Amino acid sequence: MKKLQIIGLLVFVLGFLIFSYIPFLGTYQLEKEMVEQKVKPEHTDAMVRILKPMFGIEYDSNFDFLADFNELFKEYNYDLKVRQDWDQVIWDDYAFILTKSASQGDVQETPLLFLGGSILVAVIGALIYILPLYKDEPEGIKNNGIYFSSMKSRGVLGIMTGAYLILFYVILYWFPEYMTNLVLMLDPVSKAISGNEASQWFLYGFIYTLAILVMGIRMFRKYKGNTYQTLRTGSVMFFQLAFAFLLPEILILLNMPWHDFKNIWPLDYSFFYDYRIDGMLSSGALGMFMLVWGIILIVLGVPVLTYIYGKRWYCSWVCGCGGLAETLGDPYRQLSDKSLKAWKIERYMIHGVLVFAVLMTLVTIVNYFMEFGLLGQATDQLHSIYGFAIGSAFAGVIGTGFYPFMGNRVWCRFGCPLAAYLGLVQRFKSRFRITTNGGQCISCGNCSTYCEMGIDVRWYAQRGQNIVRSSCVGCGICSAVCPRGVLKLENGEEEGRINEMPILIGNKSVSVKS
Amino acid sequence: MSKAGRKIVIIGNGISGITCARNIRKSDDQAEILVISGETEHFFSRTALMYIYMGHMKYEHTKPYEDWFWEENRIGLLKAWIEVVDFGNKKLLCHNGNSIAYDILVMATGSAPNKFGWAGQDLQGVQGLYSIQDLEMMEENTQNIQRAVVVGGGLIGIEMAEMLASRNIPVTFLVREKNFWDNVLPLEEAELINRHIKEHHIDLRLETELNEIIGDKVNRVKGVKTNKGETIECQFVGLTVGVSPNISFFRDTKLAINRGILIDEYFRTNIPSVYAIGDCAEFKEAPAPDRKNIEQVWYTGRMHGETLAHNLTSGKPQPYKPGIWFNSAKFFDIEYQTYGWVPPVWDSKLGSFYWEDKRGKICLRFIYENSNKKIMGVNAFGFRLRHEFFDKAISEGWLLDKVISNLDRANFNPEFYKPYHKAVLEQYNKEKGTNLQFAKVPFLKRLIGSRT
Repeated sequence: MKKLQIIGLLVFVLGFLIFSYIPFLGTYQLEKEMVEQKVKPEHTDAMVRILKPMFGIEYDSNFDFLADFNELFKEYNYDLKVRQDWDQVIWDDYAFILTKSASQGDVQETPLLFLGGSILVAVIGALIYILPLYKDEPEGIKNNGIYFSSMKSRGVLGIMTGAYLILFYVILYWFPEYMTNLVLMLDPVSKAISGNEASQWFLYGFIYTLAILVMGIRMFRKYKGNTYQTLRTGSVMFFQLAFAFLLPEILILLNMPWHDFKNIWPLDYSFFYDYRIDGMLSSGALGMFMLVWGIILIVLGVPVLTYIYGKRWYCSWVCGCGGLAETLGDPYRQLSDKSLKAWKIERYMIHGVLVFAVLMTLVTIVNYFMEFGLLGQATDQLHSIYGFAIGSAFAGVIGTGFYPFMGNRVWCRFGCPLAAYLGLVQRFKSRFRITTNGGQCISCGNCSTYCEMGIDVRWYAQRGQNIVRSSCVGCGICSAVCPRGVLKLENGEEEGRINEMPILIGNKSVSVKS
Repeated sequence: MSKAGRKIVIIGNGISGITCARNIRKSDDQAEILVISGETEHFFSRTALMYIYMGHMKYEHTKPYEDWFWEENRIGLLKAWIEVVDFGNKKLLCHNGNSIAYDILVMATGSAPNKFGWAGQDLQGVQGLYSIQDLEMMEENTQNIQRAVVVGGGLIGIEMAEMLASRNIPVTFLVREKNFWDNVLPLEEAELINRHIKEHHIDLRLETELNEIIGDKVNRVKGVKTNKGETIECQFVGLTVGVSPNISFFRDTKLAINRGILIDEYFRTNIPSVYAIGDCAEFKEAPAPDRKNIEQVWYTGRMHGETLAHNLTSGKPQPYKPGIWFNSAKFFDIEYQTYGWVPPVWDSKLGSFYWEDKRGKICLRFIYENSNKKIMGVNAFGFRLRHEFFDKAISEGWLLDKVISNLDRANFNPEFYKPYHKAVLEQYNKEKGTNLQFAKVPFLKRLIGSRT
């Protein structure tokens, strides 16, 4: 490693450590005005009463602040619950927004300085490390030493990284009030784009997009000379930046509902929720377009494009989850389980989630037309179970947190209902396949090892069989790492796509059906 | 021929032996099948050994079948070295004294690296590379070394150079020939690989032979002397000067051997119920005019196994009749594929059309018969070609014109790869004064079809 790269790595670690320390900075002091400003009018009186003991007190840390806050708040609700006075219970979670308001100190005063000192420093460090990668080396496969790397083969560094990611997601989804300083430092950026203060979701989107962009540049370096990889990485970088990050914020600026035009139900599981439908219906022509476009994607986009190109058009060229997996997750792709057992579990799980998502949505739609009569409770229950178990725990905590343990496509492989839907089309009605080149396979195992979806590619290749699998996202890495030019991703005629009884070319004595 | 309860024992769990075992089981539900190897319990891909050293994979990734596969298919596995074969009593004697009876014996014992009696060839730090034990030894032998010397410019030699270079160990590569592997490759291809080897900072010494290996006081290698009188200091010497059939434990038995175990086109040895396949076998007559008596590549091993399995399970034994030759390799970053017959040098009966990309790392060579312009074979470097296409074109004796004007269909390069086939066609038209064109593909079809 060059000296410059080592410096880059150190700078990255420095920025990362600063980022991780920022939540512990500053003091917290809640005032009556803050509560009046941030809390819904119907709760203002109650909240002012509840939190009165905290007003004017300076807390040294958010832990102390939140300890008092939670105690007071719980006490209030607890009494009401005991009395079964359900209407008075405050279900809204004000912890995040009030902690953010109460935060005082350097981060609040100079947010951009902290943003620069943490995230920007980390990005610069990462780029100093990434840009010179493989600089003086010829184009080719750069997998040397992956299984000697602690980070990439479940060593201590990998485990620490996974643990950090899991912790980050748990805080983000369920305890965002502990990371208010991080959100605070993004306020100026958020205001510049949408005019609003930053939420934890803005922070998340910001880091997510940066991760895809920076690690996307790493992909350009690593797969230099491989046009397919370059184009598809460029594509996910574009869709994340434009469609997932900027456009929705601009919609907010225009007083429209937040909307990601490339997200498709059932991955976008809340698409048919009443607040989303109402939001779209009340947003004029553009809102109507969102609704119609979303439905076109579901009923036409997915089947037609998947028929022509396979599910890769979405999973490894457009999707945000796929985008992160293919960039940030690329160093971990070899960690996916290739066993037959894993494949069996995968099919149960991913189709189970699809069924869950479809049923939940049906109930939601019926409920919508019944005007929340019969199924109101059930719908809410289903939404909260799905949101917690699938939307947050599975897609987020496990989906990304498990990169260093089970590879970069855990969510896409075991959980994503859209991947399941795309996969069904790809398996049964598509022109896409990975063609095996006659009898040239030497069973080396590179293809299977580097398949992020855990497909045992070699099983097919060594028997001269084309690979047609519902889970294949068409990343093209098996083809890239194959040392003998055996695999090619292709769209072509449906005839002969699936060859159940392949014959290995080259032996004229007998025709062995594999 | 499926007699209930017969015991088929296969010595060697490489691609030949395992393919044979698998295919016997497919057609014979009854036979007892036992595969014996002292190297590993399970079948692994020998061609992938280099990737373990380079950290691309671990040993477990090189196993083409999961461990449950063998029990599921009732293929018995035994990890043992066979020391004596008692052909008279149909018995094998293992290193631990156990004896194993057989009804049918298949020998698929593979190869062993050549050593040509150099002074110092048995010093510590001097080795070949064939087995997993060799790989383990290489791991040990290359710890904290300053320089390695690889002797022998063939496929294993260049792999070893690549392996060492992946660990940033400086490599001096001694090649006896004028150019790398030029007893197989025509001049331009060999030179192309020469350049690529140097691009990887390998100290390539052409027309240089090993004279002796020098050791230190504790019998560890400390250098080599070349035939040019130069001494090169090194702490590791890779001897990769070819392999020979691994048949030492059949010496002094009544099994007929020459360089390998002598067999006919049905893989039968001179002893009834005893067969040999793969690297260790030597055909009494070459299977085809362009084939050697000893076939030592992955693909032939597989075909031997397939054919013998058929013969052992079907009433109609077939002689071994390989189709159009094909092979492949990878030299550092440059992939090589070949189909049909491409000799290193040729006389006026044959013609050659050669195209090389201007960056000098991609090329194609077509060999054709001069009298009728029919294609004989093709070499491809950095250019993936469709096996099915050339198997058909060569066996049907397509004219070179037809092959070239269908090159877009023969192209197996990844999507969005540069359309090199167009450059090939252009040069061909210029050289031959022809006006060949690829079939037009309608825009819509290009949009939904695969890009080539």
